[in-house]
Amino acid sequence: MADVSLDGVTKRFGKDIGVSDVRLDIPDGSFVVLLGPTGAGKTTTLRLIAGLERPDAGDIRIDGRSVIGETPAQRDVAMVFQQYSLYPHLSVRENLSFPLRSPILRTPEAEIARKVAEVAEVLHISHKLDNKSTALSGGEMQRVSIGRALVRDPAIYLMDEPLSSLDAKLRGDLRVELKRIHADLGATLLYVTHDQVEAMTMASHVGVLDSGRLVQVGTPREIYETPLNTYVASRLGLPRINLLPADLFPGAPTGARTIGLRPEHMIQTPGPDGDGQDASVTRVEHLGDQTRLHLVCGRHDMITLTDPHTNLVRGDAVRLQPRAPLYFDDRGMRIP
Amino acid sequence: MSTSVTDPSSSQKWIAGTLVIAYALITIAPLIWIFMTGFKTPPDSISYPPKVVFEPSLEGYVNLFTTRTRLSEAELQALPAPDNFADEIVRNRGMVIVGPSRFGERFLNSVIIGFGSTFLSIFLGTLAAYAFSRFKIPFTDDLMFFILSTRMMPPIAVAIPIFLMYRELGLSDTHLGMILLYTAVNISLAVWLLKGFIDEIPREYEEAALIDGYTRFQAFYKVVLPQAATGIASTAIFCLIFAWNEYAFAVLLTSGTAQTAPPFIPTIIGIGGLDWPAVAAGATVFLLPVMIFTIMLRKHLLRGITFGAVRK
Repeated sequence: MADVSLDGVTKRFGKDIGVSDVRLDIPDGSFVVLLGPTGAGKTTTLRLIAGLERPDAGDIRIDGRSVIGETPAQRDVAMVFQQYSLYPHLSVRENLSFPLRSPILRTPEAEIARKVAEVAEVLHISHKLDNKSTALSGGEMQRVSIGRALVRDPAIYLMDEPLSSLDAKLRGDLRVELKRIHADLGATLLYVTHDQVEAMTMASHVGVLDSGRLVQVGTPREIYETPLNTYVASRLGLPRINLLPADLFPGAPTGARTIGLRPEHMIQTPGPDGDGQDASVTRVEHLGDQTRLHLVCGRHDMITLTDPHTNLVRGDAVRLQPRAPLYFDDRGMRIP
Repeated sequence: MSTSVTDPSSSQKWIAGTLVIAYALITIAPLIWIFMTGFKTPPDSISYPPKVVFEPSLEGYVNLFTTRTRLSEAELQALPAPDNFADEIVRNRGMVIVGPSRFGERFLNSVIIGFGSTFLSIFLGTLAAYAFSRFKIPFTDDLMFFILSTRMMPPIAVAIPIFLMYRELGLSDTHLGMILLYTAVNISLAVWLLKGFIDEIPREYEEAALIDGYTRFQAFYKVVLPQAATGIASTAIFCLIFAWNEYAFAVLLTSGTAQTAPPFIPTIIGIGGLDWPAVAAGATVFLLPVMIFTIMLRKHLLRGITFGAVRK
């Protein structure tokens, strides 16, 4: 295990920007999650660290040494691909053994058998070891592809949306399992995801990417509670943060253009009387453990959460009051 | 068994099956005729109406593999009794075997040149196709078109320059010369076919192998080659069939040491009259290697033909 750092890394694909001037320190033993929409440069960042892409500028260091001139094999990284990339001509067992048999590791056969059995156990694929890797369900393929990384003890594990094609239960189990592996092995992980639950539950640090730029890095709570700008604020939180004109509610600081209200930042009082702004209910979504309330306040739509057993129905009037909202200036930056 | 509405009905299957069998019978009929003629005696082979039922004889094969000389009745009587079936057949025609024919060595030449050039075409073709498929090569499209264009001209159009060039270089009538010539003709086909197959293999497998600790070349032979096996097998069959059947250059460039079977078989006709069973026997033996090779690779060939259509 080792720390990895990116220093001003830039990569262009023709005219398109892959990543631009990314500076990121991944301390030894940390679990860093990269968040961002499709095309923000998450996968490119992983591929740059893995050595599958060559940066146009900047330096990448693993364990203090610059790895720009090194091949992927020399960098000693393990990667889980989004498309699994299992070797179709090999069995599950051979797929898992493949990295251990590489000319760099040359693991003894007994050791290979032990490690493969161990990883298969953790990922619940022991009964599939002798299957052809093409004769598996999507979820099983994804687990084998995670296993192919876990059999090794690399400088860093790079994972590209490894849980995306699993069903909800398995995803939950593997989330716990990955977190446990991280804690037990003291492994360093760089993890790419769309899923904010994964980011919030597993990450020691979250990095938010916006069209190739790393906008903010911090602990999940920092990112959630003190986002640098409206973009970062809208990456985390479900339902998403409501971004409304600042003058909708009284008390905005000078220079504020936008008020950011997370669902828990709104106090609703049923009925037309009481403090706050008038709003009316346009839709009520009962999700079981929570109820989402769609409101219209003035001409602005917003979504908030309410008591799961609420009696509110469409057309009801409520009073709305912000509580500890976030304010953003006319450039979208948060006003502290 | 569940059936989907897109599955053919049983009457459609019957019609399709009948058509396929009828087509197969029509195409295989000449082959069966040649195979049967190989086991006829010379009089049976030219009898009219043609004999479908006949007493099989190995005379054609004996004549194919031996050279014989005619003796007088008295000379034949003076010889000791024939010690094998071949002698016996030949003596019934008033002849004795004086030695092996050249068919064996011509056949061996065909094997060496056919398989040698197939191997070389596939070896070079795979490497070139991989490079064209994976690396950014300047003027890739132009180079690929140039390679293809070497196939557009009928090879025999350059027969005279090649004949002169080979004579100058000392490649005339050598195994190496023929292997190089057939490789040169086949390589464009090999590169184009194999590039298509390799393009179908996602790069992610190699990337995974690179990260798993392998070099680019190791990733190529451990991950790409096994997956390209289907394409390599079908390309190899096409290359072998061309090199095996090639007649014109073989007539022109070989005579003594490196002559292949195709120019040799017609010369049998000239040895001791129209010996159709021997010619048919030669054709049958000549067919065998390609047949065996194709049957060995038929699983790959079938998958190769449907490649791309049924892939996930």
